Amino acid sequence: MSTYNFDYLDELEAEAIHILREVAGQFEKPALLFSGGKDSITLVRLAEKAFRPGKFPFPLVHIDTGHNFQETIDYRDKMIERIGERLIVGSVQESIDQGKVVEQTGKNASRNALQTVTLLDTIAKYQFDACIGGARRDEEKARAKERIFSVRDEFGQWDPKRQRPELWNIYNGKIHKGENVRVFPISNWTELDVWNYIRRENIELPSIYFAHEREVITRNGQLMAASPFLNMDDEDIVFRKQVRFRTVGDMSCTAAVESEAVLIDDIISEISSSKISERGARMDDKVSEAAMEDRKKGGYF
Amino acid sequence: MNILKFFTAGSVDDGKSTLIGRLLYDTDSILADQLEALQSSNRKNDDGTIDLAILTDGLRAEREQGITIDVAYKYFQTDKRKFIIADTPGHIQYTRNMVTGASTANLAIILIDARNGVVEQTIRHSYLVSLLGIKHIVVCINKMDMVDYSEAVYQSIIDKYKVLAQQLKLKDVNYIPVSALKGDNIVQNSDRMEWYDGESLLHFLEKVDTDNLDKSQLARMPVQWVIRPQTDELHDYRGYAGRVLSGTFNLNDKVTILPSGASSTIERIEFFDQAPDAAHAGQSVTIHLKDDVDISRGDTIVNATALPQESKLIEADLCWMDGRALDTSIMYLIQHNSKVTKCKISEILHKVDINTLEKHAADEFKLNDIGRVIVKTADALAFDLYDDNRANGSAILIDSRTNLTVGALMFRAAVE
Repeated sequence: MSTYNFDYLDELEAEAIHILREVAGQFEKPALLFSGGKDSITLVRLAEKAFRPGKFPFPLVHIDTGHNFQETIDYRDKMIERIGERLIVGSVQESIDQGKVVEQTGKNASRNALQTVTLLDTIAKYQFDACIGGARRDEEKARAKERIFSVRDEFGQWDPKRQRPELWNIYNGKIHKGENVRVFPISNWTELDVWNYIRRENIELPSIYFAHEREVITRNGQLMAASPFLNMDDEDIVFRKQVRFRTVGDMSCTAAVESEAVLIDDIISEISSSKISERGARMDDKVSEAAMEDRKKGGYF
Repeated sequence: MNILKFFTAGSVDDGKSTLIGRLLYDTDSILADQLEALQSSNRKNDDGTIDLAILTDGLRAEREQGITIDVAYKYFQTDKRKFIIADTPGHIQYTRNMVTGASTANLAIILIDARNGVVEQTIRHSYLVSLLGIKHIVVCINKMDMVDYSEAVYQSIIDKYKVLAQQLKLKDVNYIPVSALKGDNIVQNSDRMEWYDGESLLHFLEKVDTDNLDKSQLARMPVQWVIRPQTDELHDYRGYAGRVLSGTFNLNDKVTILPSGASSTIERIEFFDQAPDAAHAGQSVTIHLKDDVDISRGDTIVNATALPQESKLIEADLCWMDGRALDTSIMYLIQHNSKVTKCKISEILHKVDINTLEKHAADEFKLNDIGRVIVKTADALAFDLYDDNRANGSAILIDSRTNLTVGALMFRAAVE
């Protein structure tokens, strides 16, 4: 019998491909939620490995807060062009214009929470029965308990107390009409695993992940990119700084970190020695100890 | 570097969450902001130090009640290995969660409180480990600090455990005296127990053979998806996509497709832009066959010289996982890899009292009950026995009224 190399990245990759193919096999109308961030970019590569030379059995869906980093949108459009798959955009601005959600006010206003409504509307409009997302269990302690196939009721709610047992590598995707399943193929990956995989696969990323100089302000002890989407006043002093972003969320709630990391190797060594976790740069999680649990119960990604 | 998946059996009282917290803390796997959140939390140990158990209690109800309800997955790595911990609750009312956490693990840590020794729940946890066929077991005698690090106490506990291990036919059992609270023998060897000359828990976990790679000859690949681009240049392309459950497929191997029984030969193996000579257990690949046979999702490609069993009547161990009791008069769905078919539980052979290991006759099966049953399926399943091939010897039961996963099945024999 031949020997073979099967290291931890191979194993994580094989598991994720298996999960993606289960989605293809079990659901009528799945979708892949694409944010333009490194995790969903990784999902796209995994989907290529799962389904090529065939087409993806699902479209990509971007929930657009309207407060994006331009670099992310440019990246998205280029990538769609390259892979030749269908993109559906759900617009938070449209939800605001239709009066379905109300823009937050005040200094810490963000569209992050509003995304949930647009997401649920988009799911309802296209009747998606499964939405693939790039969430990982190492990100946050409520996520650490979430299943790989995570059932949401018709109001998009996650009920942590009624999760289905998930045994071996068998995924139960049976649902009633109106319900849908959020599927997380890279649940078992850590932030470092994702970066190591991106390096190994030589995957291109939006430029904001790498150190660059930009105008920032300090808000609640964190560096925020100065932008028209941030409610700024005279107290906010704009200055230039060499920074990078560890996630690419809504500009109004995604903090930058000071960084010299211009190459992927620099980023990996920076994360290996880092003392702040990735979601620590997300102000939306800091609201309370149960912030993520509450948002997930409400239908968030 | 590879991955070791393990789970911990024990209750909060045994210091389970503290043990996991300690492993994370002492391997620098807690990041600054998580530590900050931890320090600002108002739960502290009696001596004012951080309560490491909070690290693993994720849900609000769990923090409020100070117990673990659901399986939480935690990750850490050293320069030798990547670890995935399934932190499972130990109380009897959460047996199903422990079964869930154990189903993907290749090692179990069983915690025993040094003050109490082998108790009812030790028996229960060890039984579940044997039921689920976990290969390696580490029995951690915890809270050694509370018994003055006494070798005599440690020795009398492991003597007692060895009797249980023999009774349950547990194979690779290892023993380590620890104090999760004080950090003794968790990461570093403790100088407070010089009489112990074995390894620390972490060193043991770094070295143990993971068996991630199934080396059996039982080559099996359930087909998940058929790739058919149907473009002009790939008009005849037909690739069978799946994950190799066990064994190895080589180019030109003779294979059988079940349930049809059709034969063919492996013409080509693809993995994205590569065309390897072989596909091994664990790998997700695409297989092309020489012959034009009718194959769809739910079929299994197997080695023609080592066929699985095929039957519509299977004897199996069942762990019931739903609040609504088993109803032997109705049809359930059984999901075995990518295959789903209708089934009935046609007979309950016995139920096991998991605290005493006694078997007794039963006519009902309720939440957390475990026992032996006969499953009658509408379509025959192509399966291996659980002890020979875990991946092809397990299945779940789904209640089609609620769509919930209500049972875990481990196949023990085909009924003639």
